[in-house]
Amino acid sequence: MGELAAFIILAIVTLLPAVVVVTNRNLVRAAMSLIPSFLGVTGLFVLLGAEFVAGIQILIYAGAIAVLILFVIMLTEGGTGLAVRQVNEQRQWGALTAGILTAGLVVILLGTPWQITAGTLPRSNVEAVGIALLTDFVLAFEISSLVLLVSLVGALVIARREQ
Amino acid sequence: MNWFVEILKAILLTVVLFTFLAVVAAMLGVLAERKISGWIQSRLGPKHVGPQGLLQTVADTVKLLQKEHITPLNADALTFNIAPVMVVVAALLAWMIIPFGPAFGRVLVVRDINIGLLFFIAMASLIVIGILLGGWSSNNKYALLGGFRAASQMISYEIPLALAMMVPIMMAGTLSTVGIVEAQAGGTLDMGNWFIFGGRFQWRGVIPSVIAFAMFLTAATAETNRVPFDLPEAESELVAGFFTEYTGMRFALFQLGEYAEAFAMAALASVLFLGGWHGPVLPGVAWFFIKMFALVFFLMWVRWTYPRLRFDQLLNLSWKGLVPLGFLLVLLTGWLLV
Amino acid sequence: MQVGLNHYLVVSALLFGLGLFGILSRRNAVAILMGIELMLNATNINVVAFNRYVAPAAVSGHVFALVIITLAACEAAVGLALVMAVYRNLETIHVDEINLMKW
Repeated sequence: MGELAAFIILAIVTLLPAVVVVTNRNLVRAAMSLIPSFLGVTGLFVLLGAEFVAGIQILIYAGAIAVLILFVIMLTEGGTGLAVRQVNEQRQWGALTAGILTAGLVVILLGTPWQITAGTLPRSNVEAVGIALLTDFVLAFEISSLVLLVSLVGALVIARREQ
Repeated sequence: MNWFVEILKAILLTVVLFTFLAVVAAMLGVLAERKISGWIQSRLGPKHVGPQGLLQTVADTVKLLQKEHITPLNADALTFNIAPVMVVVAALLAWMIIPFGPAFGRVLVVRDINIGLLFFIAMASLIVIGILLGGWSSNNKYALLGGFRAASQMISYEIPLALAMMVPIMMAGTLSTVGIVEAQAGGTLDMGNWFIFGGRFQWRGVIPSVIAFAMFLTAATAETNRVPFDLPEAESELVAGFFTEYTGMRFALFQLGEYAEAFAMAALASVLFLGGWHGPVLPGVAWFFIKMFALVFFLMWVRWTYPRLRFDQLLNLSWKGLVPLGFLLVLLTGWLLV
Repeated sequence: MQVGLNHYLVVSALLFGLGLFGILSRRNAVAILMGIELMLNATNINVVAFNRYVAPAAVSGHVFALVIITLAACEAAVGLALVMAVYRNLETIHVDEINLMKW
């Protein structure tokens, strides 16, 4: 019961702000709504027993990416962007495509007989993730850290004002 | 109905903790700040309300509660009103993982979660959003500049803060705050195993942990926007920075958030490096508060001693100084461990 | 009623659809990036849910989610830097007006 209640609340917290994100004409309000959406996803992660991922989710998404997005919106277009048209001509086609794709996804996902395995997650989530990162997934770990470095340098070079 | 009881318990704990924090952090914090600044500047500080000015903050709170709420005409009203609440909630939530010490047969901590420190730093990073939105929604150029400065400063200093935390985390091998304090038990006078004295590595551990402690305090000062890193609210340049347009209780909420975060940083520094509740003779909770208030005093001492940095100096210090140093420290601690 | 894998899959599919709609209907480059972030979040929910219900003993899903979050951070940083560069040169960040390369 409790789990279901928590799930429903978190799903609403995730999805309602997401609707605001994609429809609101005020860009700052849209970017602001990203934060409750990210926090809702964090709650879902906690419900799924992925505490470490949840912590990283708040730190990176809500604490860094949302701030960056707000920053850029405030620096460009002079803020809200209410004065100009925010949607393009293909809005209805976009809605149709997204709707069809979502419906298709839901049908396929619900129709597939997933092999549910009963079992419990490792007790210490952080430790298990750390061990997995440095044993089985060490290549992915190294490559993603390299990508992080490259994108850091790349972002600096691109965003820097030409002298 | 188990979960219902759990939720009630959580709400009750939250109310108790938040009331406690509002009293300790805001009331005592503001009073201590004014008294200490008076002492450093050879003045008396507040003296008239109550004995020795003890009730000055209460009087200020009553005054702030009576003030009118002004929302500027072209401000984004919804964002303007939400922003201070976001700051306060995030700052107070960070207290959830601070262990106060053993009492009544258990450790006084709201929740000892296994990602404790990650949670703390995540909450610290949420404060930025409230500040940025508050600065933007005021529709005031000084507030906007303050918000921008706060955002870039706090994002830059989160990284050294996390890297400084890595040293005790690696020494204790856990992210849980209670686990970290328990790893510092024992030794001479129950002090010998504090991480600032090297923990179980004895003298070899002193070098990384002392540097990490200094780094943590620097980054924490910057993260809480205190002098010498108070550029987001630099009076002489930006009026009052991001809360220029705020009046009455919402202004007080920003202040409360700031003090709650500063106190939380001091508490966390004492947990991470100074052994939390461990110490000779006195009970654990007393030791915890002694350490916390000593660090708070240190922060205030710094505040009234050093001049403000320039913005380029501030960012250079983080990206060219503290971040590489932090990576070196992680490397050094790793070398100690193997 | 227990919360099962399907619940999470439906939520993530809806979130993915919303993100896609945002990408297809917005003119502002930053708004498009926000749509992409929503889609990446949907993916993360999916991966972690599969980890919980299909292979609970391993934590591979968590690792995938962490890698995706890292790459999302990279993508946001580079994308927003590009937006800033475009704004500085063309004074617009509406993607249908950035048509210098179109003859």
